[in-house]
Amino acid sequence: MRVSKRASGAIALGAAFALVASGCSSSDGEGGEATSADGAITVDGTEPENPLVPSNTTETGGGKIIDWMWTGLVEYPNNGGAPQNALAESIETADSKVYKIKIKQDTKFHDGTVVKAKNFVDAWNWGAYSPNGAQNSSFFADIEGFADVNTADPDGPEGPQKAPEPKAKEMSGLKVVDDWNFEVTLAAPTAVFPTKLGYSTFMPLPDAFFSGSAEEFGKKPIGNGPVKFVSWENNVQIKLTRFDDYQLRDKMKIKDVTVKMYQDDTAAYSDLVSGNLDFMQQVPVSALAGDKWKSDLADRAIASTTPSTGIIAFPIYDKRFQDPKLRRAISLSINRQEITDKIFFGNRKPADSWANPLTPGAAPGNCTACQFNVDEAKKLLAEAGGFSGELVMYYNADASHKEWMEAVAQQVKTNLGINARAEGVPTFAVFRQNINAHKMKGAYRAGWQQDYPDVENWVNPLYVTGGSSNDGLYSNKQVDALAKEASSAPSLDASHAKFAEAVKLIDQDVPSMPIYFGGQQSGHSEKVKKMELSNVGELDITSVEL
Amino acid sequence: MGRYLLRRLLQLVPVFIGTTFLIYWLVWSVPGDPFAGKCGDRRCPDSYINFMTEKYQLDQSIWVQYATYMKNLFQGDFGITFNNREVADIIATAYPNTLKLAVVALAIEAVIGLTAGVLTGLRRNGFLDNLVLISTLFLIALPVFVVGFILQWLLGVKWGIVHPTVSSEMRLTELLLPGFVLGSASMAYVARVARTSIAENRRADYVRTAIAKGLPMRRVVGVHLLRNSLIPVVTLLGTDLGALMGGAIVTEGIFGINGIGRAVLRAIVTKESATVVSIVVVLVLVYLLMNLLVDLLYAALDPRIRYE
Repeated sequence: MRVSKRASGAIALGAAFALVASGCSSSDGEGGEATSADGAITVDGTEPENPLVPSNTTETGGGKIIDWMWTGLVEYPNNGGAPQNALAESIETADSKVYKIKIKQDTKFHDGTVVKAKNFVDAWNWGAYSPNGAQNSSFFADIEGFADVNTADPDGPEGPQKAPEPKAKEMSGLKVVDDWNFEVTLAAPTAVFPTKLGYSTFMPLPDAFFSGSAEEFGKKPIGNGPVKFVSWENNVQIKLTRFDDYQLRDKMKIKDVTVKMYQDDTAAYSDLVSGNLDFMQQVPVSALAGDKWKSDLADRAIASTTPSTGIIAFPIYDKRFQDPKLRRAISLSINRQEITDKIFFGNRKPADSWANPLTPGAAPGNCTACQFNVDEAKKLLAEAGGFSGELVMYYNADASHKEWMEAVAQQVKTNLGINARAEGVPTFAVFRQNINAHKMKGAYRAGWQQDYPDVENWVNPLYVTGGSSNDGLYSNKQVDALAKEASSAPSLDASHAKFAEAVKLIDQDVPSMPIYFGGQQSGHSEKVKKMELSNVGELDITSVEL
Repeated sequence: MGRYLLRRLLQLVPVFIGTTFLIYWLVWSVPGDPFAGKCGDRRCPDSYINFMTEKYQLDQSIWVQYATYMKNLFQGDFGITFNNREVADIIATAYPNTLKLAVVALAIEAVIGLTAGVLTGLRRNGFLDNLVLISTLFLIALPVFVVGFILQWLLGVKWGIVHPTVSSEMRLTELLLPGFVLGSASMAYVARVARTSIAENRRADYVRTAIAKGLPMRRVVGVHLLRNSLIPVVTLLGTDLGALMGGAIVTEGIFGINGIGRAVLRAIVTKESATVVSIVVVLVLVYLLMNLLVDLLYAALDPRIRYE
């Protein structure tokens, strides 16, 4: 057992007392395991922003609980490797366009009903149907017939016109064969489709969901995963407990889980250090300075990397940023190593590739524009005809981005002689609104955490024309063509090879500047003997042993 | 007295309508679509924004929104949050916590502050007087979050005497530390005001008369002196209770207390106008009633004050 010096006296006393109290045997192995199996832990969290419905949750507070409460067709191993079948018995395809999915028989939802093929099909149709307003509806866009159930608003949400009523309620590409089999037809061949199926949007929903309203369901969600919902006290805690009828691989090794909601992460940290909290995913910034968290937590400190990248993107719709040479010059003038060392105390790593290196199909070091080369940068800037006026780099001031954004702006100013500065936008909502409306007047902070582990998730949404997060309106026909070829490749290997070609072109155009790769600093209590982090850095609740 | 009370109660109506509208208008004019940032660095689908905007009637003009809100409010419907929780539930769970904390804080500041004030007021310029002067100066100078973090770290983390945060059961013993932190600055003011007031009245004619009459010192101080010196202290404590019941965003945050301050902060950040206004409505009512109560208490303490 891991014991820190401070608490060892108390624990020794406690152990001595336990020996006396139990009267005799200290070799009662069975008893020890029983306490672990009935054990309870408390982990830190934040109040979910939405009712707990898988296809309507994109933030981590609710997302974590949904990840624990549901098991999808495939699961992503904690080591970041290729996805494996979870609830799926098999996923077969001949052409990457039609997928025959067979699910494991007789697994159960928390209300005791059996998980059948139609629970998937109905859930996906619900998520895609635009009047339901699910946040993740665009994830179903691969499926044939999506356009019939999800209509666009002709003048955007701000305009007076309304989106027309969709023609159909169900996507034509989804067919239930029998209780355990269903068939998915995609609009175009997509090799990465099975990989996507582990993302929370693709979770099955029980019949109870469809007989009531989604909002009511979201107050007391019913999943099919290793833990089930017990209660939700507003702004205080969400209680979960082991689902005893769970039959898949990742069974719980403890019983109760309380997700305690903290407004202030330093309060959570105090609880963690004093042993009142069993897991904290990210220790506060104040504990990172001088590696204080490592001395506070000793061997209970866990440093890990997450598949996320901090990016500064260019508004390519702005004429001043349309020359790739200028963009490359700015990118080359940034000393990423210095930023990660000085601002992040080495807890994040300088970015050197377009996709995060933890992602299958990513190629480390493929971002030549991420090097630090002032001479080359100056030469390119001169070739681009310099930069007139002020270069403002925007960030949202309601999260801790000020320091590194200012450091970047200062480097660009010093190294290139451009009049650069960083400016904070008060809230993330206003910041996103301006980005969505394509009204940014300078480069801006962006970030990307993969939804599912494949390089496709780092190219299509970000750099393909019309991509869901291509907010700078970057467009290169060759990149589009290569990405399309890559997406419809018959195998993942072939797909990755094509994406690598596309990324080479992106590297020449520098539509954005990867700055750092995400790092995470977590900690657990002395009570927790064993635990793992998931591929995105969340606690794998089923790995916890006491 | 009755007419005075009625007049004061009637005055609450325009104040109530005015403040609620003002708050509604303020939250409404915070820039930014509340749903634009909901999907992280990915753009939210238009269908989601449309669905939520329509559900919460944010596409209507502020007049329509306010009118609908007031109509629902008078029917006892406080509205729902963006994650579909009842605002009434949030207030019902958070408010008792804030009240408990406020009462504990008030009790601590009243007991410690008054004791220190009376003792130093009676014996000025002694060692105790100087000690209290310096320590109150220290407490007033320190911002509440500094006191909070230091005490939490010392008592909760370093020495492990108390839990660093308050559990959801809100036990009284757990509230002592946050209560002390919350009341610390006011405690210092109470001590100083009480000291000055006592010292002043100590030389008043009625005290001299009481002593000359041969009353025991205990009665002179306990009844004659204290009662007359309490008026400024009661004013201070009364308005402070009103402020304390408005929630303590910083203290509640440090000690992880699910109080009204935390709830309103969360609602402001997520731009949930219904939640913000509903909580503020309750706070406005509490504040107005507390002020009324303090005014009435004056009459009880000072026979010279009469309300017609």
